[in-house]
Amino acid sequence: MTDVLAPSAGPTLRRPRGLLAMAHDGWIITWRNLVQLPRTPELVLFTLIQPVMFVLLFNYVFGGSIGQALPKGLSYGQFLIPGIMVQTIVFGTSATAVGLADDLQKGIVDRFRSLPIARSAVLSGRIVADAFRLLMVAVVLVLVGFAVGFRFEGGIALGLLMIVVAVVFGFAMSWVEANIGLRVKDPETANTAGFIWLFPLTFVSSVFVPVYSMPGWLQVVARNNPVTLVANLLRSLSLGETLPGTTWFDQALPVALWCIGIVAVFAPMAVNRYRKV
Amino acid sequence: MTSPIIVVDDVRKRFGETQALDGVSLSVDQGTVLGLLGPNGAGKTTTVRVLATLLKPDSGSASVAGYDVNKQADEVRSVIGLTGQYAAVDEKLTGHENLWMVGRLLGMSKADAHQRAGELLERFSLSDAGDRQVRTYSGGMRRRVDLAVSLVGRPRVLFLDEPTTGLDPASRLELWDIARELVADGTTVLLTTQYLEEADELADRIVVIDRGTVVAEGTADELKDRTRGRVLQVEISDRNRLEEARDVLTRMAPPEGVHVDVATRSVFVPVGTDTALAANAISILSSTGIDIADFTLERPSLDDVFLELTGNSPSPSDDEEVAK
Ligand SMILES: Nc1ncnc2c1ncn2[C@@H]1O[C@H](COP(=O)(O)OP(=O)(O)OP(=O)(O)O)[C@@H](O)[C@H]1O
Ligand SMILES: [Mg+2]
Repeated sequence: MTDVLAPSAGPTLRRPRGLLAMAHDGWIITWRNLVQLPRTPELVLFTLIQPVMFVLLFNYVFGGSIGQALPKGLSYGQFLIPGIMVQTIVFGTSATAVGLADDLQKGIVDRFRSLPIARSAVLSGRIVADAFRLLMVAVVLVLVGFAVGFRFEGGIALGLLMIVVAVVFGFAMSWVEANIGLRVKDPETANTAGFIWLFPLTFVSSVFVPVYSMPGWLQVVARNNPVTLVANLLRSLSLGETLPGTTWFDQALPVALWCIGIVAVFAPMAVNRYRKV
Repeated sequence: MTSPIIVVDDVRKRFGETQALDGVSLSVDQGTVLGLLGPNGAGKTTTVRVLATLLKPDSGSASVAGYDVNKQADEVRSVIGLTGQYAAVDEKLTGHENLWMVGRLLGMSKADAHQRAGELLERFSLSDAGDRQVRTYSGGMRRRVDLAVSLVGRPRVLFLDEPTTGLDPASRLELWDIARELVADGTTVLLTTQYLEEADELADRIVVIDRGTVVAEGTADELKDRTRGRVLQVEISDRNRLEEARDVLTRMAPPEGVHVDVATRSVFVPVGTDTALAANAISILSSTGIDIADFTLERPSLDDVFLELTGNSPSPSDDEEVAK
């Protein structure tokens, strides 16, 4: 066929089917989202500069006072990095909402939906690409952390596991944000709606300060906040030791349950919603 | 080769208070162009979205290439191309990347997808801009790359939703050329437009919709004939004989409607669809010795037809659409 505009005579191209199609199409849309990343300076800035700034500000501004409230032998840098990692990753998931809302508004989703591709691809491509982005953030944070006294005290394997746990939690939270992105009218609303609730979620936790430094009633909330559970697990992984009086199992189980629970509730909800847009 | 490839049967769709489609039926023969004509808010985009499997109708059925849009969405998607009302290309990807991505999604190898992207860019005069991000493109370039993207998979049926809205005259002509070439190659096109000229130029048949229902259909000529019909204008050389000419013509034609315009020294005679009557009028007039300087058989413009069919004022949703 030499004619550029001629329609195809027979059935069109052979496409992969079933699970293979989901992987294939999801991967191409992941590629598309990743290619966009370096071309979206505001996102790169937000994703990378913000955590670096937080680490430096907290370490040098609050480090002195909060450091004294910490258990003996624990430097603020060591305490801070796992906390900032959860916080940054949780904040970073709001870009999932914005990205989806943007694609919806610009008609990109319609374009994808008019193609004979796996239905899951737009969502999975978005979430997988965002997980890559979160991984990048986690790695940058560890590197900045090294500069302010953070170390993988429990060895490199537990250190890598710490990054994995953080990204998995971010992946789960992305599904919550996907629901927001699919339900609002425009990316601006998605930005606000996807972001604002993350402040109480991350601040009422052990991310920046030890929970026992809060008023009693707030401690109850903070202790049961999944962000606290994740931050504590990351800290333990970076130190190579569990919290006093607990085992690895005690610490990992609630985090795993939270991740599974969030995905189990919010992923089907998002998929359902996506079918109707 | 004149079997319908698009069939829409009594499709209804409601959005809250708005009955966007109120029982639309139409069909498009393979290899032809259907112009779907209507004012703002008529339901053109909604019709296209139903056919492109983006929207489920509340009731009624629709099929493309024999596939039901509800039950066989994937099959429908594999034979259609969609160029929406607003260009749906990825701004942060280059033109080439946009085309390549769709090629890959359709199952092409990397090399084939690159080749297809290259040839489409060239055909759409975008080769030089192919490696630039689409956000740097002009409105016309965006539209072109959007159309190119919808052609990657060589669709047999193409939906063009107001493809030339916002284009300058040169870009519009260019797009018309491409549409003609696609049709010459065998593509079936459903084109929505508010420009009657566009439907007149491109469409084999026209369906006029308003407020979600089909108010007229036919070829452009048939639609024009459906209204007041043609008007014979006869220009007389001698101004003093105008009245005389009118009297002669009034005797033979349906008397009401014959009128004189002194400034152009013309007599106007409505002849409906009866062209023989027009010929008769000329010969009778010349046999009476009145010298005819010129005559024309005018058709009402499609604009007249359109306004007559859809009511004179733009529909109320006009403003909302603009605000959006
Ligand atoms: N998603 C939606 N939600 C609510 N109302 C809608 C939606 N889509 C369309 N409508 C309404 O349905 C009616 C038909 O809209 P449609 O977009 O099909 O018109 P159109 O003929 O394409 O108009 P235009 O020429 O302005 O593009 C309008 O009144 C519109 O406001
Ligand atoms: Mg429209």
